[in-house]
Amino acid sequence: MSERILMKGNEAVGEAAVRAGCRLYFGYPITPASEIAEYMAYRLPQVGGTFVQAESEVSAVNMVYGAAAAGKYAMTASSSPGFSLMQEAISYMAGAEVPAVLVNVVRGGPGLGDIQPAQSDYFQMTKGGGHGDYRLLVFAPYTIQEVVNLMPTAYELAFKYRNPVVLALDGLIGQMMEAVEFTDFRNPDEIPIPEWAVSGKFRHGGKKNINTSLDLIPEKLEAHNWKLQKKYSEIEEKETRFSYFGVDNPETLVVAYGTVARVAMSALKKLLNAGRSIGILRPITLWPFPKQALAEKARHAKRIVVLEMSSGQMIEDVKLSVFDPNKQYEFYGHPGGVTFTPTEIEEYLVRG
Amino acid sequence: MTKDLVVAGFGGQGVMLLGQIIALAATEKGLNATWLPSYGPEQRGGTANCTVVVSDEEIASPLTDKPQFAVIMNNPSMAKFEPKMAAGGTLIYNSTLVTQVPARQDIKVVAIPANELAEQAGSARSANMVMLGVMAWVWRDVFTQEDLLTAMVHKVGDKRPQLLEINKKAFALGYEAAQKAI
Repeated sequence: MSERILMKGNEAVGEAAVRAGCRLYFGYPITPASEIAEYMAYRLPQVGGTFVQAESEVSAVNMVYGAAAAGKYAMTASSSPGFSLMQEAISYMAGAEVPAVLVNVVRGGPGLGDIQPAQSDYFQMTKGGGHGDYRLLVFAPYTIQEVVNLMPTAYELAFKYRNPVVLALDGLIGQMMEAVEFTDFRNPDEIPIPEWAVSGKFRHGGKKNINTSLDLIPEKLEAHNWKLQKKYSEIEEKETRFSYFGVDNPETLVVAYGTVARVAMSALKKLLNAGRSIGILRPITLWPFPKQALAEKARHAKRIVVLEMSSGQMIEDVKLSVFDPNKQYEFYGHPGGVTFTPTEIEEYLVRG
Repeated sequence: MTKDLVVAGFGGQGVMLLGQIIALAATEKGLNATWLPSYGPEQRGGTANCTVVVSDEEIASPLTDKPQFAVIMNNPSMAKFEPKMAAGGTLIYNSTLVTQVPARQDIKVVAIPANELAEQAGSARSANMVMLGVMAWVWRDVFTQEDLLTAMVHKVGDKRPQLLEINKKAFALGYEAAQKAI
């Protein structure tokens, strides 16, 4: 670990990616994600990397697809409307099993919406936003430090499972500044080129690699789909992450992620000090969703309160995880780019 | 110890920079700090603000709906933030530009003629640095003057020594004014 640097969330995304070994960035600017591209445009030439500002998000994500198909650590970032434009290529990457790290700094929608922080892309990111049966590993860090800590993991898992990984941020984490400590640099030359990479057949002893999502024989495509599903099951089993803060068997269980979880922590601390039986479960991976942990924490809970900066998306996964009709499920949310305040969360939790 | 501060004014008054310098000073002291800007179309000629939280513990929410401290640089910001102040909080305002004097009795109110003092220092544009000096006195339990001045130099650089001198003078005038006022 090195010194602590006061840095904007978006810039920390860029620096963390560089340190993880990413040398290829393809992007198109959009508020509130633009500083990621800006930072990479400045930073990558310093370390022998390549930054390309593409003519559109569609183009940027397909450049990532190409670079990643050659076995390299590549990245793009955008915000909701731009991320929607990328869905086609993301589906292709999932189908062709090409790994990459994609960052979505979520803003209010639908449509062009606004530029304020939101969490309304939950369905799109966790259920497969493009066509076909696929899943993305989705990380939802709640501090800038956690963004930085998760970045090397995001690349490792993307390559381990040959699957795109999404870092789900929101406008607030992207735009705020906080002190962060970075990990050491990983030398990109020491990252092995995978066996499957399309990086010249001589590198692979004359073996020709083809990375494609196309297979016109239904039986073969079915087999490929079952193979993907098996992989997703393995990811669910091994890569689910969450954190929990509060009493052991809370009467009130709060479920929130990202910025909302962070704002809620202020309220939770106060309520715990006041002796309330309460706790917050924070999914760190939105997919795979921490179903089991949630079911366990909810066992003795009377109220299960889901807080989201959306009109209610994650709550569906919460209900499916707890799977108990006798619980009281409550949703409290702000769609459209409105952020929670600590006081309103505290008041809501007390009022019921 | 956890303190929060809202800095608000017109886009161009350097309110974002003022907040960043304080967050940087805290970071350089080994404290935790968050800086959260308002961002969006409202910055173009309209009001801009940022929230700084400084703590020796892990910071939960980087935003606050009841600020303990506020530096208010113009009238629209006064209208927006006076009602939000936490009871017992301290509101510092730029009395050169703010004509809407706060009415609340349950907060401490400090009037600082920031633009006037900045002009005395050599440039009205250093009004934010006057307020940095004020904050050096108000948060003297957290920072020394040196902490904030060092962070200022780290943030704005020392490539234009003349400007830096004006900023330092503005800082000193703000510190003095705050000592007298509080």
